[in-house]
Amino acid sequence: MADLINVSYDTQIPNNVGLSSDKRVLKALEKWHPGYIDWWNDLIPEQFQLSDIYLRTAVSVDPKGWAKFDYVKMPDYRWGILLAPQVEDRKIPFGEHKGEPAWQEVPGEYRALLRRLIVIQADTEPASVEQQKFLGKTAPSMYDMRNLFQVNVEEGRHLWAMVYLLQKYFGADGREEAHELLRRSSGSEDAPRMLGAFNEATPDWLSFFMFTYFTDRDGKMQLEALAQSGFDPLSRTCRFMLTEEAHHMFVGETGVGRTIQRTCEAMNEAGITNPYDIDKIRALGVIDLPTIQKKMNLHYTLSLDLFGQEISTNAANAFNNGIKGRYMENRLEDDHQLQNDTYPVHSVVGDKIVSEDVPALTAINMRLRDDYVRDAAGGVGRWNKIIKKNGIDFALIIPHEGFHRQIGVFSKVSISPEGNIISQAEWDANVGNWLPNKADGDFIASLMVPCFEKGEYAGWIAPPKVGIDNKPGDFEYVKLYEA
Amino acid sequence: MSAPFKQHLIDPEICIRCYACEAACPIEAIEHGDDNVVVNADKCDHEGSCVAVCPTGAIDEWRVVNTAYSLDQQHAWEDLPEQGDITADVPVIQDENATQDDPIAALLAEAHKGAGGKASAPATASKPQVNLFNLGTPAKAIVQGSYRLTGADSDADVRHIILDLGTQNFPFLEGQSIGIIPPGVDNEGRAFAPRLYSISSPRDGERAGFNNLSLTVKRHEDGVCSNFLCDLEKGDTLRLTGPFGTTFLLPNDQNAKLLMICTGTGSAPFRGFTMRRQRENPFTNDGLILNFGARRPEDLPYFGPLNKIPESFMKKWFAFSRIDDHSKQYVQDKLRVEKDMVAEWLRDDATHIYVCGLQAMEHGVDEALADIARGAGLDWDVLKVKMRENGRYHVETY
Repeated sequence: MADLINVSYDTQIPNNVGLSSDKRVLKALEKWHPGYIDWWNDLIPEQFQLSDIYLRTAVSVDPKGWAKFDYVKMPDYRWGILLAPQVEDRKIPFGEHKGEPAWQEVPGEYRALLRRLIVIQADTEPASVEQQKFLGKTAPSMYDMRNLFQVNVEEGRHLWAMVYLLQKYFGADGREEAHELLRRSSGSEDAPRMLGAFNEATPDWLSFFMFTYFTDRDGKMQLEALAQSGFDPLSRTCRFMLTEEAHHMFVGETGVGRTIQRTCEAMNEAGITNPYDIDKIRALGVIDLPTIQKKMNLHYTLSLDLFGQEISTNAANAFNNGIKGRYMENRLEDDHQLQNDTYPVHSVVGDKIVSEDVPALTAINMRLRDDYVRDAAGGVGRWNKIIKKNGIDFALIIPHEGFHRQIGVFSKVSISPEGNIISQAEWDANVGNWLPNKADGDFIASLMVPCFEKGEYAGWIAPPKVGIDNKPGDFEYVKLYEA
Repeated sequence: MSAPFKQHLIDPEICIRCYACEAACPIEAIEHGDDNVVVNADKCDHEGSCVAVCPTGAIDEWRVVNTAYSLDQQHAWEDLPEQGDITADVPVIQDENATQDDPIAALLAEAHKGAGGKASAPATASKPQVNLFNLGTPAKAIVQGSYRLTGADSDADVRHIILDLGTQNFPFLEGQSIGIIPPGVDNEGRAFAPRLYSISSPRDGERAGFNNLSLTVKRHEDGVCSNFLCDLEKGDTLRLTGPFGTTFLLPNDQNAKLLMICTGTGSAPFRGFTMRRQRENPFTNDGLILNFGARRPEDLPYFGPLNKIPESFMKKWFAFSRIDDHSKQYVQDKLRVEKDMVAEWLRDDATHIYVCGLQAMEHGVDEALADIARGAGLDWDVLKVKMRENGRYHVETY
């Protein structure tokens, strides 16, 4: 029997799923592998491919083997298939099949639904690597460069995880979908990625940090919901991915936090107390807090759109059928079937935003989005603590959930960050104050100068408080290849 | 009042509330509220599954306390409290140079005398815990193994002894010592006083992640404690005090260069230093030199394992004083042979020098360093004081 905790290297693809004795899937993956390597090599500039990067690799799926640090060249990173250990006698935790044994194979009647959910999740993984492909060149430090590449290789591994499920459980359809995942490309005219936020550019490091904080957090919520799935291989895959996702949000939260910290320090050093004295603050070479608020407004709202329509029969079916649960389903104290429950959902009636109770099953997306909003608010509170500690009178505010929305009930109207329905004219007159405009983008871009001396940081960002793997401040996180 | 123990805590200023630790903890000792993620001291068994999954490092915080911080206290924190002074019924040595009335401190001060003045810890050393266990409340250890380190034909019996600390919290750092209490009484019917031994394993255990430590002990014909230790067999129990020592410590700075000069069992702390470096950062090059003297290779503890360490990671300058057909060579002679490199290191502010072994070696080493310094246009007397005050020059001899 295969060792299901430690990673086996007996095939080209590290795994803990006994791949060497599963010839059909092994063959399919080996066929897919060169395309993946090509995709990776085309994406990441050669200098970085040849550099030694202090990366974390999993050697087993239990907590102790999860984080082994070592210098690795990215193309040699051990991409592979890692599932959390199987829970004995696991039961489907929710929906109409609640209490039945979890499925080890795809139930025929839910095949199409499951495949679609897996493909949507899978599509986001390579997309973010594509969005971030230019960032290495302007890394504000070797520490940050290492974090970027750690996120990138793990998103690559997440793609592997999803592709394994497609190849293993969905036959010819799955192989076709796996192929398409490498064909679509972020921002492409003819074959874009499936979700809007994943076709947006990530032009600078503040965008990257905002993306990892807000957009990867959507990923976390989706993975949490899929980790509850009655389809056990999906559940196990997502559970393992979640640990890595936590690290991506760490990069985001501390990245934005360090940007704020540096701005506050520079203001204090220069004796500037008014956070809206933007020209003076920008002259210090740091990003003013109102611009950080605008970036937050943008990334937060793009991420809210990822949760889909507030009321959705697809989501209701996915829950009822035991395919996709709720955030922390195991901690919720209800019947986990929701046949007779209601949930409050916002909608726009005339010029008012109202809340009405709808059948809870149809409001599954809305509930997950609410959980997301709560989760995202925590870090914003911690950013505000940094501002307060520096004695500056400013607070970042999460905008109203109806602000700047392209999907769902709020997409038909214009809503201010405070949550008031406004006219198109009023929107047009103020949007430059609420969302980053071209001048803001140009200014941020002007700060994006690389800082490749070990232990040093670009002027717009503070060093981290704690090193990766507890390393000291001047640790050489990247040994840059010099031609 | 209960004995001080080590409590696991999470730094709320660093934590990003991803709850990965909570999910990883197999015994549900970690929970969270609206603000903080907290550790229940009644449940936590220091098993460690939470540490690897933490993205921030916030999880790796420990405080030695008499009374555990409650969950309510932890929930209310905005930042982590500093390590407080432990005021149990045991004395705490804050400064080994200052408390001469303490017999253990006096022993250590005597051992450190060769440095020529008040010893200081390296600037980047971790803060050591001291005196957590004393004669009244000793720690209990079980022997996990005892292995002879010297060759069968050597008349020196030097042993590597591994002690299991079970569930006791005995936090120590490389370079610290422990007291061993030999059983029985002396000729006048008094209990034996504890004897000091340097720990020879790194802080995370002889085996990483295990609550154990090792000692390197040479049997002396009439030595009460050394015979007691060397005769111990697997499964035997013994009593420990300590840990002790606040200056002969390893800098955490991975760029610090260590020149380690020793004879015999003086190699014990350097084994700890080297293993810590290997576990922390096995890829550092040219940061360690071990200058190790013995009569013959078969008398040199750890000769086999040492030879397996690559020269790039640690240079090994062995000096043998009794090999047939060879002239006698002592550690100071080896220093003179390598004088160019020693001089280069003396000029480098990252260099830390440690001397450990028999008192007899002190003079020769000091003279050699002075000569090499002079040849390089440096004044060893001035440099030595500067290095000692910066925590970069350490002597521990007996």
